[in-house]
Amino acid sequence: MNLTVFLPALLKGALVTLEATLLSAAVALVVSVVVGLVRLSRFRLLRGAALVYVEIFRGTSALVQLFYFFFVLPIFGIDLSPMAAGVIALGLNFGSYGSEVVRAAVLNVPRGQHEAAVALNYPPGLAMRRIIFPQALAAMLPPFGNLLIDLLKATSLLSLITIGDLTFAGKSLVQSQGHVTAIYTLVLVFYFVMALMLGRLMQAAERRVPGATAGGGR
Amino acid sequence: MGADPRQPILRMQGVSKSYGAVQILRGIDLDVEAGQRIALIGPSGSGKTTLLRLVMTLETPEDGTIEVEGELLGLRRVGDRLVKDSGAHLRSVRGKIGMVFQHFNLFPHMSALQNIMDGPVHVRGLSKDQARERALDLLAKVGLRNKADSLPRQLSGGQQQRVAIARALAMEPKIMLFDEITSALDPELVGEVLAIVRELAHETGMTMLIVTHEMGFAREVANRVLFMEGGHIVEDGEPEQVFGNPRSDRTKAFLGAVLHR
Ligand SMILES: Nc1ncnc2c1ncn2[C@@H]1O[C@H](COP(=O)(O)OP(=O)(O)OP(=O)(O)O)[C@@H](O)[C@H]1O
Ligand SMILES: [Mg+2]
Repeated sequence: MNLTVFLPALLKGALVTLEATLLSAAVALVVSVVVGLVRLSRFRLLRGAALVYVEIFRGTSALVQLFYFFFVLPIFGIDLSPMAAGVIALGLNFGSYGSEVVRAAVLNVPRGQHEAAVALNYPPGLAMRRIIFPQALAAMLPPFGNLLIDLLKATSLLSLITIGDLTFAGKSLVQSQGHVTAIYTLVLVFYFVMALMLGRLMQAAERRVPGATAGGGR
Repeated sequence: MGADPRQPILRMQGVSKSYGAVQILRGIDLDVEAGQRIALIGPSGSGKTTLLRLVMTLETPEDGTIEVEGELLGLRRVGDRLVKDSGAHLRSVRGKIGMVFQHFNLFPHMSALQNIMDGPVHVRGLSKDQARERALDLLAKVGLRNKADSLPRQLSGGQQQRVAIARALAMEPKIMLFDEITSALDPELVGEVLAIVRELAHETGMTMLIVTHEMGFAREVANRVLFMEGGHIVEDGEPEQVFGNPRSDRTKAFLGAVLHR
């Protein structure tokens, strides 16, 4: 067993995993907010389209979605790099869950807050930006934290579309060096440490967002 | 528009409202003159809150119209039909109305000062400096100059309600609606909030619609009293007359019950 070979290889894979996680999270975050708000829109057609998206991406396998973006889209002339296909697929997949988090958190802001905004003559968009969304944010962060860690683990799927992530690095090492137990244990430890770090990051974010809602009226 | 000094500042014509099958307001006709301070009294469920909420556009009437200084509120005339209004016109009319709620409804993520400044800056387009100066004046007026940076949850109920009054005033409405603004407060905090409204009444001559169960306060602050029951305005008169010599037996019975409790 040769740690000086294993560790650099795994570390390199871990960086790719981290990159994929953060890029997918950025896509998922934007999708979550946009789709979550569109689901609450006044316009029925927009609401319907957003619901269809959510149902499709929640209701089908993430792995198959990934294969779709990587293997099927090129047939229609859309050629994505492995990382681009992976980030888009995971971003859209997790965005469908995230949009439900956003929707629920926004719906949970007490009615009195909307009414105060009307009484102060805020236009709807401004009320959402200044009053409703900032309060909903506090409720979104814990479930977003869970999704982020799920996303980290889900990036291991990317090893199946030729991306050299942590899982891929582990698999390659096992193929070339053996030591199945040692290597896969190390891979688990790497994932675990990264999950721990992301968890801490989210906790820090939660502390910076005021806890909202207390005394907000109904 | 607004030129005729005799034009009522608020006019409700045949306004009805139901929740499901239950009719709450039954064809309310009401003209309010500028400077009137109207106390709305009546038994629980008589429709007092609903009336205020309609004027604030928090509810839509299924029948009738509401006009502010001669302009339709929440409705727009298209040909000879009335359609729901939104956008700039709605806001130009609604901006003349402000409301203070029973449960304050302060924004919990903003300090007292930010609660008061946010609307003036983002809705009315004042500069931050102007809005801050004005907000600090208003905080001083409600006796909370030293609480500018407190979050709502760090304030007592009475203090929160005083901030809420300052917040509504910062938008410079012409008509203020108060819906039982002291009924969520501990008894010892009621006085400080009523004192603010009393002062406002005597200093500004602002038009007010005040829903209250505090009959002493109603009698003292209002210059017109409406008694509501079952979705109707049953009695409408000066405080002396309504409290001292009610015309309707129903008003008499209600006042008898609340005053001699
Ligand atoms: N959103 C709603 N849905 C259904 N019914 C409602 C709703 N809002 C109010 N009501 C009903 O309408 C009736 C009149 O309500 P309203 O709040 O206007 O009375 P009120 O005169 O303000 O009474 P109170 O003195 O108790 O505040 C009540 O019976 C109430 O239960
Ligand atoms: Mg009421």
